[in-house]
Amino acid sequence: MIKTDAIIIGAGPVGLFAVHQLGIKGLNAVVIDNLDKAGGQCIELYPDKPIYDIPAVPECTGEELTKNLIEQIKPFKTDFYFNERVDEVKQDKNNWIVKTNNNNEFTAPNIIIAGGVGSFEPRKLSLKDTEKYEGKSLFYSVKRKEDFKNKNISIFGGGDSALDWALELSKFSKITLIHRRNEFRGAPHTLTEIKKLENEGKISIKTPCQLESIEGSKDVKSVTVKFEDGKSEKIETDIILSFFGLIMKLGPITEWGLNMNKKTIEVNSKNFETNKKGIYAVGDICTYPGKLKLILSGFHEVALASVECFKRAKPNEKYRFEFTTSSKNIQERLGKK
Amino acid sequence: MFLRTCPFFLDYYIIFMTKITYKNYQGNFKTIDVDNGLSVMEGAIQNDIPGIDADCGGSMACATCHVYVEEEWFNKLQKAEEAEVDMIDMAFEPKKNSRLSCQLIVSEELEGLTVTTPAKQS
Repeated sequence: MIKTDAIIIGAGPVGLFAVHQLGIKGLNAVVIDNLDKAGGQCIELYPDKPIYDIPAVPECTGEELTKNLIEQIKPFKTDFYFNERVDEVKQDKNNWIVKTNNNNEFTAPNIIIAGGVGSFEPRKLSLKDTEKYEGKSLFYSVKRKEDFKNKNISIFGGGDSALDWALELSKFSKITLIHRRNEFRGAPHTLTEIKKLENEGKISIKTPCQLESIEGSKDVKSVTVKFEDGKSEKIETDIILSFFGLIMKLGPITEWGLNMNKKTIEVNSKNFETNKKGIYAVGDICTYPGKLKLILSGFHEVALASVECFKRAKPNEKYRFEFTTSSKNIQERLGKK
Repeated sequence: MFLRTCPFFLDYYIIFMTKITYKNYQGNFKTIDVDNGLSVMEGAIQNDIPGIDADCGGSMACATCHVYVEEEWFNKLQKAEEAEVDMIDMAFEPKKNSRLSCQLIVSEELEGLTVTTPAKQS
């Protein structure tokens, strides 16, 4: 069991800044996130889109913001647990015990939920009964491309993932790329490359059409796609790859006994504590009168929550408000002295 | 159109509202007066209309406020920008008349607009 002062759930911008606000107060933290890297929505949904409302930063992308936040919290040498989802939260007197789906256990007096809209999962095919093929002939991501050698692969989607994997896998497999409209959305050079391979007969492109049915018993044998003009076509298929982006699912958070309002957690706006002592919710996932889903609001929320974290982590010490510009303690913690 | 009196000042201010009909995939519908200037998505969220999730809060990043717009209305609406069409690729069962309701801004020209929500959003 790993002991710490605060367990942060979610490594988006607000979760990252939580490390900072706790760190300058001398508190340790761990960060747990279901994704494989930090950044949350900033990285998964809009890495290249500019953000214009971070105070004193006239313009930056989701990726730049994440990079800078990671840089800002470097001095605190925080442990990140990626690809892990918090499944269970239990009370143990004044502490909380958190268990992940990777069987890691943590204990701390404070939990900061900075979970955005929940954890990201691939958007699944809308056809019924596709689960039985999942992991055998139907995949939502490519883990080992060697598994897809010398196969008939049907790739669904029109974005970067669909295009990039079509290119990569066409080196050793027969690819059919299927998309609901004629336009693909990808880098110009990728599109040129795809066109070239289509002319060479290495990739077959089917547009504008959508998946109508999957045929097979244990394994997939073929897929049938329906074109906009009503015609159907059967395509011999061993492997289906589907790339329709990610969706956000709240997941087990709803089972922790917190007061929920639709998909958000109710908090007070004094220290952003939930109805459970020592559990805070900050950023997009919290709600209170006047709540705005802005990154800057999340920063404010976590600054206030971290004060309450201090009081619970160090009940025998008096909390003293300090400025980073003048506090020797803070500067030491930041490695500046 | 509605006339509202403001409790704090003596003079009147006018808020224009537009009737929007939200239909679900089973055909049940509800007609709501939505303040002009809000999006069709915000109108749904503020009035607890089920079937529109809007996980990303209207930043065109999630496709969970996806709706179908009847053809005659579809052609009257301002055309979707590229980023919206790209996002609709990700939506649950997109069709030719698919739009993201966070991008449809309510104004008097939309009086009587009907949008249909898909069977699910994700």
